Amino acid sequence: ILIKEYQIMEFAELIKTPRVDGVVLHRPFMPTVEGTLCLTGHHLILSSRQDNTEELWLLHSNIDSTEKRFVGSVGSIIVKCKDLRVIQLDIPGMEECLNIASSIEALSTLDSVSLMYPFFYRPMFEVIEDGWNSYLPQDAFKELESMTDEWRLSKVNKDFTVCPSYPPLVAVPKNIDDDTLKKVAAFRHGGRFPVLSYYHKKNGMVMMRAGQPLTGTNGRRCKEDEKLINATLRPGKRGYIIDTRTINVAQQAKARGGGFESEGNYPQWRRIHKAIDRYNVLQESLIKLVEACNDQSHSMDRWLSKLEASNWQTHIKEILTTACLAAQCIDREGASVLVHGTEGTDSTLQVSSLAQIILDPGCRTIKGFQGLVEREWLQAGHPFQQRCAQSAYSNSKPRQEAPAFLLFLDCVWQVLRQFPCSFEFNESFLVLLFEHAYASQFGTFLGSCAADRARLSLPEKTVSLWSWVNRPQELERLTNPLYEANSLVIWPSVAPQSLLLWEGLFLRWNRSSKCLDEAYEEMVHIIEYNKELQNKVNSLRRQLAQLETEDPLLDTP
Amino acid sequence: YYEELYAFSYNPKQNDQQREEGWQLIDLGAEFERMGVPNDQWQHTDVNRDYKVCETYPRDLYVPITASKPIIVGSSKFRSKGRFPVLTYFYQEKKAAVCRCSQPLSGFSARCLEDESMLQAISKANHNSRFVYVMDTRPKLNALANRAAGKGYENEDNYSNIRFQFVGIENIHVMRASLQKLLEVIGARSLTMSDYLVGLESSGWLRHIKAIVDAAVFLTKAVTVEGASVLVHCSDGWDRTAQVCALGSLLMDPYYRTIKGLMVLIEKDWISFGHKFADRCDQLDGDPKEVSPIFTQFLECVWQLTEQFPHAFEYSEWFLLQIHEHVHSCQYGNFLGNNQRQREQLQLGERTHSLWDFLMSEKQNYLNPFYKPSYSEAHPVLEPSTLPYHFKFWRNMYHQFDRSMHPRQSILKTILTLKENSRKAESELQALETRLQKLGVTPIATSDPPAPPPTRDQRTNPLPPRPDSLILGAPINHKEVERHEEEDEQNEVGVEATERTDTERTVEGSSGTESRKQSYGELEGTCNGELAKEEPAVVSLELGVARMTC
Repeated sequence: ILIKEYQIMEFAELIKTPRVDGVVLHRPFMPTVEGTLCLTGHHLILSSRQDNTEELWLLHSNIDSTEKRFVGSVGSIIVKCKDLRVIQLDIPGMEECLNIASSIEALSTLDSVSLMYPFFYRPMFEVIEDGWNSYLPQDAFKELESMTDEWRLSKVNKDFTVCPSYPPLVAVPKNIDDDTLKKVAAFRHGGRFPVLSYYHKKNGMVMMRAGQPLTGTNGRRCKEDEKLINATLRPGKRGYIIDTRTINVAQQAKARGGGFESEGNYPQWRRIHKAIDRYNVLQESLIKLVEACNDQSHSMDRWLSKLEASNWQTHIKEILTTACLAAQCIDREGASVLVHGTEGTDSTLQVSSLAQIILDPGCRTIKGFQGLVEREWLQAGHPFQQRCAQSAYSNSKPRQEAPAFLLFLDCVWQVLRQFPCSFEFNESFLVLLFEHAYASQFGTFLGSCAADRARLSLPEKTVSLWSWVNRPQELERLTNPLYEANSLVIWPSVAPQSLLLWEGLFLRWNRSSKCLDEAYEEMVHIIEYNKELQNKVNSLRRQLAQLETEDPLLDTP
Repeated sequence: YYEELYAFSYNPKQNDQQREEGWQLIDLGAEFERMGVPNDQWQHTDVNRDYKVCETYPRDLYVPITASKPIIVGSSKFRSKGRFPVLTYFYQEKKAAVCRCSQPLSGFSARCLEDESMLQAISKANHNSRFVYVMDTRPKLNALANRAAGKGYENEDNYSNIRFQFVGIENIHVMRASLQKLLEVIGARSLTMSDYLVGLESSGWLRHIKAIVDAAVFLTKAVTVEGASVLVHCSDGWDRTAQVCALGSLLMDPYYRTIKGLMVLIEKDWISFGHKFADRCDQLDGDPKEVSPIFTQFLECVWQLTEQFPHAFEYSEWFLLQIHEHVHSCQYGNFLGNNQRQREQLQLGERTHSLWDFLMSEKQNYLNPFYKPSYSEAHPVLEPSTLPYHFKFWRNMYHQFDRSMHPRQSILKTILTLKENSRKAESELQALETRLQKLGVTPIATSDPPAPPPTRDQRTNPLPPRPDSLILGAPINHKEVERHEEEDEQNEVGVEATERTDTERTVEGSSGTESRKQSYGELEGTCNGELAKEEPAVVSLELGVARMTC
């Protein structure tokens, strides 16, 4: 692979100094390592060439920003990663240091998707199940068909012309034909006409999601749009439209051609406005939060005020509350729900996916959660490519970056904290998804929508993250030992006191995890020992029962 | 009057002998012996046997061998409330001592040769270090202000070989106001995240908690790393001094991280050395200005440490909460009164029961399933990080009675239940093997018996039900129990009955009645009016506030 990378001119030109000896690596809570630094097209590698010390392999795409410092003839490069880690490399020689720094800078900001590592990565493991085929829309629809016949799978978007950010196959009400869908698409932001997001088996209620209606200032209406969403209502029933924007923001959207569903045209729907922020507001929030977490000063007041000023926890509370509200409408009010914000690709997906975590026990399994991420984020067209281009340490002006997916993961973690026995996966799985969304050897999070993925031929040219995750050794690491299937709807508390800072992610590199890890191992040990004992008891009981049936005389204590 | 307190009428059906044995459970003489005191440098003194030198100290005290009676008496006259420097913890490895006292009556210039000799004697008793740290746990400004009242702090010029240090823990009034503010903040209806965090900051509560832990870390480093002896004081030496000495000892000595050890520590640094529980916890409707959550802060500091070192403590959070509960319940005699002399006058030993005996009898309720004694053997001294983000709001304490706010499934409870199940399964396995062997059959499973878990004591008592007073699992009402049972049945369909008989279900989903407490707002006046009423996000905290004595 390395040889192949060198042959590519783009890389060869960028790597001025491929190798430096005597480089010292500093990482928090780990001993320093001295060794040889190598740059390849995709990796920064530091190897001490000693058997017992770990090598550092860092994807260039994981690097968020770098800083240079010079003390005498030794230069230091501080590498800040998208996974929030900060490391320091001390490089002897001014020129070497400058060369390395500029190479890292260039290699970590390559714009061309086709030069990304997933296109060069060849798996060193046996693919048991190809993850690209694990969560196909048609398979999900088969499951839906077993529960209801009110929906159909439309191919109206098969060449991505009706809605560029939708997948080729979407579930829509059975009695709505493709022509109607096309008309509705013209009335919805980005062509994102209402599609089925979730079917609540318990009462047949549904959650749909869409882009905002393009009512504009004149209050344009679209009969087909009304017909489509009304088709999901039971006779005499009302539904809820959850608009993730405040009423003011939604009003302002009208001036730009957007808008919301008016009471007059949608009399069977009650609209609820919430206040989920988007884009640079969220990105700034992340930057401030991470800055607060990295502040090593000992002032409690400073920490708490920075934590507050970051607003991160406020976003968590708002998103989770909105998701709970959607779930409440479906499960308790027995009403169908339509969720949208502006584009329907960020806050909308946060709400629709979290509501499913609350309502659907299936989404709380490892495979079920992968399916959820695939359906509600990847295929639903969350623009990962843009949102995750930069993380918390970026110096460049934010364009379309936003930690919408990270906020979703954080909310899932909050629910997991409150229901620690109801999820098949553990915190590590959520951290893993965060890492791979920002930098990965796998193709799963490349591109911004199904059309991109098809255009880049990702299934043919890259390996799916799920192929790697769904192997026994990985699954074991990601499985929650406390898991016991819980078929109930789980209602989390959204009181501020119940929502915690996700330490496992934000303080991951700022604390020693040794003690926590040891306690976790102890817990695993207790659970495994118990299982083993129960098995032995059961087999002896069976043995005894068998003896007793063979020889009834024995059946006296 | 004390006699009206519950402790004097509470009768747990024990005879006099059992009651007496209960009171004998904690023996401070034995505790000093465990530390290696008396020894060639430290001696027992009976100078206070009639509480004449210091009426708020216990009868039995330990001082350097060179501290003669005149030195002690002289020093006590130069110290606020007569609380002269005495030993509270002895770190055997370095022969370094932790001593405690009250502030000197130094004013602007007064000095006392006996007091100077006393500190000299403490210094001489430690051959590892040429100096003694004097830790004044107050902010410097407070100590300066005290000088005007003829009190103050040690002048380094008058005392040879001391290193003086302020550590800046605030006084009881600031702490009282801080908790009041905290409870106000968290008791607000529809609390926003921003109001919560701003309130948490402005209450200063976590800042105070951190200051105490910082002071304890300083003390621990001085003793264990530098091998220096430390004299700790504040004003009267019964609030901040107790916090810092107790917490420092707990960092230095793994014994205090065991159930019995924490009891001993509280008995020593809090009860016997005269922390004024009656005043601070407002047992008798006394002066509201004397009330302050000093002991609660100590328990919280311990809790903060258990969060950083989840396997270094034999006890779980439940133990701390239960102790807190009974410091305020006045059901047992231990915490009644302000000092030992008063307790003797009240004849608590004859007329009330000891909490420690009761807690010990249900010890298994309070065990931390993650406890690994081997960790403490390898790391006897805890070195916590005191960066601000390691201090968290203790929800289980301050929202103890507010069930809707807690995780619906408790890892602690689940794991404790599993451990209990394993214990039952072990004995059943044994019984089954015996029976099969009697029938002349080789049990199929015995060929590889499971590796025994690393438990330190094999207990035989079944797990008694948890006291209702604590959150963390106890169902709130009958209805809920029934509902959970129904759910359990539904969930268990298809599970082999024999495999489940012993397994108590711990999965708690939530739906129906319980979740009606949860409100995500916005649905008022909807199709289904019943659920529309917005309930307060925070259920009344009155009980919690009362118990917090603020």
